[in-house]
Amino acid sequence: MPKIYVDGKECEAAEGQNLLEACLGLGFDLPYFCWHPAMRSVGACRQCAVKEFKDENDARGRIVMACMTPVTEGARISIDDPEARAFRAGVIEWLMASHPHDCPVCDEGGECHLQDMTVMAGHVYRRHRFGKRTYRNQDLGPFVNHEMNRCIQCYRCVRFYCDYAGGRDLSVFASRDSVYFGRSEDGTLESEFSGNLVEVCPTGVFTDKTLKKHYTRKWDLQAAPSICVHCGLGCNTTPGERYGRLRRIRNRYNGSVNGYFLCDRGRFGYEFVNGDKRIRRPVLRERPGEEEQIDAGEAIRRASLMLGDGKRVMAIGSPRASLESNFALRELAGPENFFSGLPDNEHKLLRLVLDILKGGPARSPSLSEVGRADAVLILGEDVTNTAPVEALMLRQAARKRPVEKAVSRKIPEWDASAIKTAIQNEKEPFHVAAPFATKLDEAAKAVYHAPPEDIARLGNAIAHELDRDAPSPEGLEGRIAQLAKDIAEDLKDAKSPIIVSGVSLSEAVVKAAANVAWALEAIGKKAALSYIVPECNSTGLALMGGKSLDDALKAAAHGGFDTLVILENDLFTRAGKEEVEVFFECFENIIAIDHTATRTTSAAGLVFPAAAFAEGTGTLVNSEGRAQRFFKVFDPEGDIAEGWRWLGRIMEESGAGTAWSNIDEVLESMASEVPELQEAIDAAPSAGLRMAGQKVARAPQRFSGRTAIHAGRSVIEPRPPEDPDSPLSFSMEGFQPKGLGKEPPPELIPQFWSPGWNSPQAVIRFQDGTNGGLRGNDPGVRLINPAEAMPGYFREVPGPFRPRKGEWLVIPVYHIFGSEELNALSPPVAGLIPRPYIGLNPEDAVKLEAPPGEEVALKAGGLHLKLPARHMPGLPEGVAALPVLPGVERLRLPQWGVVARPKESAA
Amino acid sequence: MLSLFKTAWGVFLRAFEKRVTVSYPEERPYLAPRFRGRIILSRDPDGGERCVACYLCAAACPVDCIALDAAETEDGRRYPSFFRINFSRCIFCGYCEEACPTYAIQLTPDFEMSEYARQSLVYEKEDLLISGTGKYPDYNFYRVAGLAIKGKDKGEAENETPPVDIRGLMP
Ligand code: SF4
Ligand code: SF4
Ligand code: SF4
Ligand code: SF4
Ligand code: FES
Repeated sequence: MPKIYVDGKECEAAEGQNLLEACLGLGFDLPYFCWHPAMRSVGACRQCAVKEFKDENDARGRIVMACMTPVTEGARISIDDPEARAFRAGVIEWLMASHPHDCPVCDEGGECHLQDMTVMAGHVYRRHRFGKRTYRNQDLGPFVNHEMNRCIQCYRCVRFYCDYAGGRDLSVFASRDSVYFGRSEDGTLESEFSGNLVEVCPTGVFTDKTLKKHYTRKWDLQAAPSICVHCGLGCNTTPGERYGRLRRIRNRYNGSVNGYFLCDRGRFGYEFVNGDKRIRRPVLRERPGEEEQIDAGEAIRRASLMLGDGKRVMAIGSPRASLESNFALRELAGPENFFSGLPDNEHKLLRLVLDILKGGPARSPSLSEVGRADAVLILGEDVTNTAPVEALMLRQAARKRPVEKAVSRKIPEWDASAIKTAIQNEKEPFHVAAPFATKLDEAAKAVYHAPPEDIARLGNAIAHELDRDAPSPEGLEGRIAQLAKDIAEDLKDAKSPIIVSGVSLSEAVVKAAANVAWALEAIGKKAALSYIVPECNSTGLALMGGKSLDDALKAAAHGGFDTLVILENDLFTRAGKEEVEVFFECFENIIAIDHTATRTTSAAGLVFPAAAFAEGTGTLVNSEGRAQRFFKVFDPEGDIAEGWRWLGRIMEESGAGTAWSNIDEVLESMASEVPELQEAIDAAPSAGLRMAGQKVARAPQRFSGRTAIHAGRSVIEPRPPEDPDSPLSFSMEGFQPKGLGKEPPPELIPQFWSPGWNSPQAVIRFQDGTNGGLRGNDPGVRLINPAEAMPGYFREVPGPFRPRKGEWLVIPVYHIFGSEELNALSPPVAGLIPRPYIGLNPEDAVKLEAPPGEEVALKAGGLHLKLPARHMPGLPEGVAALPVLPGVERLRLPQWGVVARPKESAA
Repeated sequence: MLSLFKTAWGVFLRAFEKRVTVSYPEERPYLAPRFRGRIILSRDPDGGERCVACYLCAAACPVDCIALDAAETEDGRRYPSFFRINFSRCIFCGYCEEACPTYAIQLTPDFEMSEYARQSLVYEKEDLLISGTGKYPDYNFYRVAGLAIKGKDKGEAENETPPVDIRGLMP
C-alpha cells in the first residue's frame, strides 16, 4: 500500500487509485463533480484541484486534478493550500454563473451534490453580472423530469446512460457554453435504467417524476432499509414515506448486490403501495357480492373457527411473501398441507435449481461478482427483462477483458475516457443463446437464436467440448458444433467465467447450464452459475419446501379439505381461470391474506389486510441465495399487519400455540423447524440491539413538523408507534448514523447521510474505502453454498427441435414492465406496459397473412386467445411467443398450440 | 420590623409617580412591522400564492410546529395542499420567515390570539393565507427563478438570455 501525505498527514492509500479516490476513501472532504465511483474519472469539471509537491522541500507545488493523478508512493498533496482553495472556489463560481436560482422549487434541493459542493468550496454570492444561459426542457416520459437550466456539464448522465448502461437515446448536443444533455426529440427514455439518472446527475436536471407528484424533501422522509420486491435479484432499496404515503424508492448501496444502481421497475414500481386497491381492514364476505369490513378481533375469531376443531386445512404460500409469512402458514397447516402456490413446471424448476446449486461445485455468484466475470454465456434467458440489474452487471462483464487489456498497456483503470478510446468496440467473450432477439445481443460476440431444445443442445455441446465426460448431443449441425467449440474456448480462457440461465424456459435448458458450469469445474475452472428466478422470494419458497399448485389442485379434487388459506398469492396469475374456480369450489371456507385486492381475494370469504413491503418486516432470499431483511418503513393506517403476525394471532386464538411477539421469535422457530433456513436469522441484527443505548432513528435528524403533523386531528401529540421487530425507531429521536464509523451495522442504515454530504454520494462515508463494501460487511447471508464433490452430469440431452405442421411451440416472453404482478399496479409503470400480443417469426407471420397488429388466434391448453400479431426478430420458425402480462390468461408454457387467423380457427 | 414598614412606604409613594403600565386593551402600544406575532402566508403582487411548498420554513422551525404537503397546479406552480401551524407550540422566533425564499411566510404585529381550547390554536392554510403581499410588496419568486410556469417562459426570468438553439451551427 503506497503511503501518501495529505496536508502533512501520513496516510495509506490503495494501489491503483487516483488521488481523489484516495482522499475520499480516507475521509477527507474534497469537492468533485464528474468523477463517479462506478464510472470513475474523466477530468471534465476541474473541481477536484489539489496541490501536489515534488518532495518535502518543495514549497511551491503545482495544481493538479486529483481525479486524474495516480496515487504514487510518497506523494505529497495539499487540499487546504490557499491556492488550491481559490482555484476550486473559482471553478464553482463559473459553474454557478448561469444557475437558475431554483433551489426552492428544485426537487434535488436538500440532497443536491451541487449544493453540497458549493458549500464545501465556499462560493456564496453571484458576482457574474451578465445574463444567464437558458434551455428548453424535454418530456422524457413518466419516470424522469428534465430541467436543463440546472446543468453543470459534468457529462455524468451520458457516461452512465450510454457507456455504462448501453443506452442510445440520450446524448449531448450543441457546443461551447451551451452543450445540452437530452434526446434528439421529446419521448420516453428507452433504457431500463433511466431512473438512475436521478441519482447520477449531481444537480436537479434529472429528477424523479413520480416523486414530483407528491414531493417531499429527503430530510422529511421516514426511511428504513428495504429490499426490492419486483424480481428475484433482491436489490437493496431505501423507500421513503411521509404522511402515510410511500413517496419514492432510492438505491441503497450494497457492495455485494446492486452497488449504485437500480432498474426502473424496481425504482418506480412502488406506487402499488399507495394504490386504491389496497386492503386496509379485514373483510367478511358471507355471501358472494356481500361484503363488510369487520374488526381485527372479530376476523381472528372467525378465522380460528374455520381452522380449529378438526378442520382440514390446506395452505398456499407465495414467492412474493416473506420467509416468515410462508413459514407461519406452514406452521398453521402443517408441512404436509403446505403448497407453494406455483405451477408444477416452475415449482420443479426452482427445486432443480436448488439441487444444482447445493449439490454441485458451481457457485451462485453475487450480483457484483456477475459484474466482474470475464466470460459470459447466457442460456435461454432474456436477462434485461427478467433480471434487469443483472443485465446491467453483465454489460460491465462484457468490458472486463478489454479493460484489462488496456490496463496492461499502462492505462490506469480509473481513466474512463482513455479506457474508452483504447477499447473502442472490442467485443469480448460474451455469448447469448436465446429464443428471440434480446437487448444484450448487442454486447455479444456470438448470438444464437433457437427454440429451447436447441439452446439446451448447444449448452450440452459446449459442456462436451470442455469435458469429454459430459454428454454430447447427437446429430449436431456443423455450424452449431463450431459455435460450441468457440464458446468452449472462450470459457476455457477465462479466469472467472459465468453461465447465466433461468427458469423461464425449460428443464433441459436449466440442466444444460449446469452441465456447462460443472464441465468447467471438472477442468479446474471456478465457474459461476447464475440462475434467474422470477420473484423476490422464489428461492426462499423453494427452500421452504412444500408441494406445487398442481398437487394442491389434485389433492383438493380428492376432497377432504374444509378450509383453504392463501397467502399473498393471486392464483389466477398462476393457473387458468377455470382450474382455479373449480379448485375454490372444493372448500367450505377460503381465507386470503393479501395487501391488494385480486381476483383471488374477491373469491375469499375472509380477507386479512397484509403489509406491503414498506409496511412490514421480513426476510427474502434472492436468486444468489442471499437472505436479506427488509424493515417496516412506516406504520400504516388501518389494521394492516404482516402475514406472519396475522397467522400467529389466528393460531393463538384457535389454541394452536402462542402468537410470536416479534420477528426474532418467528425466525427462531423457523430455524428449528426448517434447518435449511437456519441462518436467515443472521440477515440482520436482532431487535434488542442498541446503539449508545438507543434505537436507530428511521427519520433524519432534521425531520420537520413533528408537533404539527397530527395536530389537525388532535393537538395532543401521540407517542410514536412502537416497533418490536427491529432496533429502529419510528422517530427522529434515536441514534443518527453519520458515517465515518459513527454508524450502526450496515443492515440498519435507514438513509445515507453524513454532515456536509446530503446527496446520495454520502455513501462514500459508509464504505470501506472508495468503492469498497459497506463498513462492517455488506448486508445479507448466503443460505446456498456449493458442494465440494462433482455430481454426475445430467445425461439426457433433448433431440433437435422439429417444427410441426400447423402447430407452434408457444414460449413465454417477459417484459420488464408488466410481467411482474406488483409493478403492473403502479400507475407510472402502467403506461409503459406493452399491449398483449402473439409473437411470431416474421416468415411464419407472412405465411399466416398476419401483418403486425393484425389479430390472430391462439389455441393452446384449452384456452382460446385472440391478440394482435407482433413480428419478433430472431424467433425461430414454428415457435410462437406469448407475453406474460396482465390481462393475458395464464398458460403452462412452453407447450404446443395452434395459431391461425381468427376466421380460419372459427371455421 | 422597621424595614418592613420602610418597604411598604416606598411602595405607597410609587402610587404618585408617572404610570408606565399601559391599560391594554383600551390603550394599544405601537408595534413595529418587524414585530414577531401571528404568522401569515402572503401572495405575490399578481395575487398568486407565494408559497412554493419548499419545506424550508418547516425545516428551520426549532419546535417543528409547521407541517405542509406539496402539490402542483396545472400551470406548473408548486403550492402547499395543506399548510398547518400549531401555534400552541410556536415560539415566534421568526426562523421560518428568515428561511423562506419567497417571502411567503411572514410574522405580523398581532399577538392577540389567545384561545380557551388548545386545539383552536392549530391554524390551517385558510387561517393563514391573506390576500395581500404583507411586508414585501414587490417580490415575485417566479420572476427571478429559472423555472418556467404558465405565463413565464424560459429565458423570461430576471437576468436570463433567450433559450439556446441547440441545433444552431454558429460557433
Ligand atoms: S440543482 Fe441543486 S443547486 Fe441547482 S437549483 Fe437544484 S437544488 Fe439548487
Ligand atoms: S445533466 Fe446532470 S449529469 Fe448531465 S452533464 Fe448536466 S449536470 Fe452533469
Ligand atoms: S433488478 Fe429486480 S430487484 Fe433489482 S431493482 Fe430491478 S426489479 Fe428490483
Ligand atoms: S419557506 Fe416559504 S415558500 Fe417554503 S414552504 Fe415555507 S412558506 Fe412556503
Ligand atoms: S472530479 Fe476531477 S475534474 Fe471532475
